[in-house]
Amino acid sequence: MEQLIFFITAAVVAATPLLFGTLGEILTEKSGNLNLGVEGMMFMGAAVGLSASFLYEQAVGAGASGFLSAVLAVVFGFLAGVLGGLIYSVLTVTLRANQVVSGLALTIMGVGMGNFIGELLGLRAGGFASVSDVTRSAFSGARIPGLSGMPVIGRLLFSFDFMVYMVIAAAVLMIWFLNKSRMGLHLRAVGEDPATADADGINVTRYKYLATCIGGGICGLGGVYISMVRSSGTWIHNCVGGLGWISVALVICAAWSPARAILGALLFGGLSVLRFYLPIQDVPAQVYNIIPFLATVLILIFTSVRQSKERHQPASCGVNYFREER
Amino acid sequence: MSKPGVKTSHAGTPFVWIVKRDSVSRKQAYLVRAAAILGALMLGAALFLAMGHNPIMIYRDMLTGSLGRTLARTETVRIAIPLLVTALGIGLAFKMRFWNIGAEGQIIMGATAASYFALFSGVPGPYLLFVMFFAAIAAGGLWGLIPAVFKSKWNTNETLFTLMLNYIALEFVRYLQFGPWRDPRLRGFPSIAMFDQAARLPRVFGVHIGWIFALILVAIVYIYMKKTRHGYEITVVGESIPTARYAGINVGRVFLRTMFLSGAICGLTGFLIVSGANFTLSEMVTGGVGFTAITVAWLSRLNPAVMIIFSLFIAMLQRGANAVQTTFRIPSSAADILIGFILFFILGCEFFLNYKLVFRKKVK
Repeated sequence: MEQLIFFITAAVVAATPLLFGTLGEILTEKSGNLNLGVEGMMFMGAAVGLSASFLYEQAVGAGASGFLSAVLAVVFGFLAGVLGGLIYSVLTVTLRANQVVSGLALTIMGVGMGNFIGELLGLRAGGFASVSDVTRSAFSGARIPGLSGMPVIGRLLFSFDFMVYMVIAAAVLMIWFLNKSRMGLHLRAVGEDPATADADGINVTRYKYLATCIGGGICGLGGVYISMVRSSGTWIHNCVGGLGWISVALVICAAWSPARAILGALLFGGLSVLRFYLPIQDVPAQVYNIIPFLATVLILIFTSVRQSKERHQPASCGVNYFREER
Repeated sequence: MSKPGVKTSHAGTPFVWIVKRDSVSRKQAYLVRAAAILGALMLGAALFLAMGHNPIMIYRDMLTGSLGRTLARTETVRIAIPLLVTALGIGLAFKMRFWNIGAEGQIIMGATAASYFALFSGVPGPYLLFVMFFAAIAAGGLWGLIPAVFKSKWNTNETLFTLMLNYIALEFVRYLQFGPWRDPRLRGFPSIAMFDQAARLPRVFGVHIGWIFALILVAIVYIYMKKTRHGYEITVVGESIPTARYAGINVGRVFLRTMFLSGAICGLTGFLIVSGANFTLSEMVTGGVGFTAITVAWLSRLNPAVMIIFSLFIAMLQRGANAVQTTFRIPSSAADILIGFILFFILGCEFFLNYKLVFRKKVK
């Protein structure tokens, strides 16, 4: 029982960056943009978020507020992701470049940029950049009086860091937005059939830009989670290490539904920490390490074999919209 | 859309709109692309300037660091070889719009197969390199074939599939390095033994003969793409799958055949890296070549001959970034940023080659 609670809480922590990435990419793909730059935007968010906290602490000195430091990390990490989404939008929406290659370019640049900033911080700090305890405690698990202390439920529901609650709120918000709001309906129309949406007077370009930039920002938050929580406020070279790509795959696995994305991310989070909770004699660590990647492959195959009508990618995904060629 | 001159008022006429260009002369196209690369380097310069460095000095040092001395030049060529070979492999797949981003994994599998024979086979010296060569090609090709099988049968997303296989291949090499292949004689960090002399490629003009392999391969791929039926089929599939079907091309078979070749060429890269440069296998074997080569392939517009130029150019950037890392204390990942900028600019500039902007004329 005790072990199970530990496992579930660890799975939630492992799932959080994946869920950020998946939600961001769902929003992006709903506008018809297939942005393969999630990995890059996560790297940018991770490095920029960490830098914001680090530089703030350096500037203020001993009186640094953990709350402010955390807010800065989140805001700047988000903005870094927005920047990634913006670059992608300019290339694909305005300049009509190939979506796949633009996304790959964003990943190449973002990974380079993330590691560059991270290493630069390290040089500045004299070898190893790390935030102080005030910031670290702002990103650590919650202690809500009366709730966190409850047996079992307290630890399963009320013991996480604030970003876990943030990602759940984002998922709930997105479920409402895509299914119940007028703008969400318009966005889906843009993703399914931009020409018809355009004829209906929906500003296709604006929707594509907004969805891709905000989606990028959400991916950036996944990066913030990786550098601030998973790496406890230090820069680890290549810290994102493929989580962005798994997020892109989870979008397919979740069939473009934020609700299913929560389940998918939890499942993958659980698989990725399985090694520590279900060790089997003589099975090397690497076998456990491939489980999430192997599972992704199996899910890709599975979803492609049973193609379903309702659960499909937004129809215009991957294709740029040219009004003149209507 | 109505012509601008006819209108008396410009109500409803946008301030600027986009018109498809008929065609641009070759010279103009080259000029635009050169300007794009220059623009990317300027953006990089702005970044260096913001960091408080003199960008001119940095670029100068990158140039001398990659071309200045014989040693630097051979090093640059050595970096360019795997980039060129991998770009050739990726180019085949990209030409048919099959997004093979699994070159990393295919390189790893090729390198692993070659290393197996180098370390454990006991194949006599003169034949060893041949066996390693073919083992690497077969392993890389088969690793590339897996996603193609599913793509041709169920249209499974190949982008993510090939990418996931990278991570699986990487963990496989880690397993070998930390487990069964670990050399017990070496203390410290687990590593695999160095190859014997018989498993190392000879040098010609100071660089391992991989560069000759690469140039021959450029010619082969060029002819394959331009002069054979296979190459024609790849192009048609890349342009439109329905058209290809209509023309009686077996699209699934083209996927399978081309991805085997694409993976095999990447596997060859693995062979060249372990037997020409590293003389051992490790988890760092690819050094990111599989991703950087995507840039080379795309910048060259998938033209094998042009890939020679761009693989050297990217190698110069990487070698140069290494050189300035110590003198200016700039992390060597600066090369990746520059490469990213260049890709962005090249992707963006295609727009100006295909379309032109027409501005609203002033009404008198």
